[in-house]
Amino acid sequence: MQREGSALHGLGVVILKELSDHLTSVRMRVLEWLVVLFALAALYGAIQQIRDTTAEDPFLFLKLFTTAREPLPFTFVSFLTILVPLIAIGMGFDAVNGEHNRRTLSRILSQPIYRDALLFGKFLAGLFTLSVSLIALWLLVIGLGLFLLGLPPSGEELARVFIFLLVTIAYAGVWLALAMLFSIIFRSPATAALVSLGLWLFLTLIWPALAPAIVIAFAPSSDEETLILAAQYLARLSPSNLFGEVVLAILNPTTRSLGPIYLSQLQGAVLGAPMPLGESLIVAWPQIVGLIAGTILLFVTGYVIFQRQEVRA
Amino acid sequence: MSADNVIEVQGLTKRYDETTVVKGISFSVARGEIFGLLGPNGAGKTTTILMLLGLSEISDGQARVLGFDPVREPLAVKRRVGYLPDQVGFYDNLSASDNMRYTARLMGLGRDERETKIAESLDHVGLHDVADRPVDTFSRGMRQRLGLAEILMKDAQIAILDEPTSGLDPQATAELLQIIRNLKDRGVSVLLSSHLLDRVQSICDRVALFNQGNIELLGTVGELGRQVLGVGYYVDVEAEGQGLADKLKAVPGVKSVETPSANHMRIYAERDVRSEAAAAVIAAGGRLLRLSVETPSLDMIYNRYFENLTGGRHAA
Repeated sequence: MQREGSALHGLGVVILKELSDHLTSVRMRVLEWLVVLFALAALYGAIQQIRDTTAEDPFLFLKLFTTAREPLPFTFVSFLTILVPLIAIGMGFDAVNGEHNRRTLSRILSQPIYRDALLFGKFLAGLFTLSVSLIALWLLVIGLGLFLLGLPPSGEELARVFIFLLVTIAYAGVWLALAMLFSIIFRSPATAALVSLGLWLFLTLIWPALAPAIVIAFAPSSDEETLILAAQYLARLSPSNLFGEVVLAILNPTTRSLGPIYLSQLQGAVLGAPMPLGESLIVAWPQIVGLIAGTILLFVTGYVIFQRQEVRA
Repeated sequence: MSADNVIEVQGLTKRYDETTVVKGISFSVARGEIFGLLGPNGAGKTTTILMLLGLSEISDGQARVLGFDPVREPLAVKRRVGYLPDQVGFYDNLSASDNMRYTARLMGLGRDERETKIAESLDHVGLHDVADRPVDTFSRGMRQRLGLAEILMKDAQIAILDEPTSGLDPQATAELLQIIRNLKDRGVSVLLSSHLLDRVQSICDRVALFNQGNIELLGTVGELGRQVLGVGYYVDVEAEGQGLADKLKAVPGVKSVETPSANHMRIYAERDVRSEAAAAVIAAGGRLLRLSVETPSLDMIYNRYFENLTGGRHAA
């Protein structure tokens, strides 16, 4: 049965409204300060470390993102891995149930728009806000790097760092879509936030350790190669894991493979030699697609549930 | 569809997995009419309204709103119909006019049109002075009026109001009912649901009485009275004189006469017999002190109807 009119009618209006909500909210301001402070701390550590230890490296600028000051484990990337989900969840956990609880949902949906526009608008506005914050942060890091290291990045370094930015946005999209899915399923924002955060902790901290254990417990084969591969595939169900692998390939040009490396692959290879950007991208491509696909899958699941949900409070 | 009906509903049904909430109801709302959906909570009123707006799927039967099918053409319906939900909510951190700006944009109003219409409609519902105050400072009655302002801004041909007066104090209720009457004067058809019968009675042209997903009774309050109570009119007569009650009983159309107190007679009649009763009192040489007619109240009809219903079940 064909519905009349465009499903996205009114999308722009919803996006603008949600954007202005996000950008003026206290919640957003707190999260932004959190990000900036953590970023500065990580960056400062990295710069100290680079000054102390690294003499020469063709990709010195990339080290800004991946180096930690010795006693601390936190690199700029690892802190993004943890904080980006937190911000994304913070923006999405009350997206739909908040409208229910304020009793604004039926009033808004009685205007000439489809539900599609409301949900999609909320998602895009959230993603846009996250992108704005991440781009600001990214520029801040590059600027500080230039200023404190006194070393301009090369064209390839800039390209790699830019891809890293795009991947970070996709990574944020996964968590935003997840939080919005729970905001559709659970009527209480507190429940939605708690479940999102619980899943985030589970996938980020517990799952990488759990995956090999599960494989050893259930795998029918005792072949070591199969076990390692299976554990790796299982671990990749976690977006944090995917993000980590992409970052490894993109920001560390010497990365040749994200799985086990076979001897045949090493024939003729100059170990420790950097790969060209295109090759690095190919290495990380499945993971990048995985992040985007995860976002779409979670959003579509939420969309289907939202379409079938009753409007009345 | 008849040219004069803005809403036509045939065999409308809503089923959830196990239960049927609305069981094949049919009714129509004429242009410019105030139509009341009455009944206890959970009788299926809100579900019916949501189906008319295309916000809930229709399991069976069909509905036409201004000639449009709410299932296939929900946008066309929603462009022309204003909806005030039960306990309407607004974005509390935004001001009244900002809330309206958002809905005006969703309606697709241009910038200039938007600002004039917002000012006009806020003025109309008496919220002009608080237009820039955040909505979280608003009372329940002010929120309801803001909801009506939205419907005015929309230039809706039909206003659908779900429990517009529940939870309001008497003064706020009176103000709200006045605004609803004004809607009618502008030529807007009004469909409202309520469980507060006496409030609704004062403004509804016709009512449908809901019970457990069925429309049990439908018509004007007078018609329902005749259907349920068997009598259309109560005429109160206060007069001094001898044997007036017997004279009044002889007036054509009068079914019975009670004498609650001396000089006070209460006539049950099938039509308005005031002038005949007055003539009878004068002819009998009595002094007429007071004469008034009272149509049976919805409360009375409602209670009697459900009494009959349960009484019947006991008998069966």
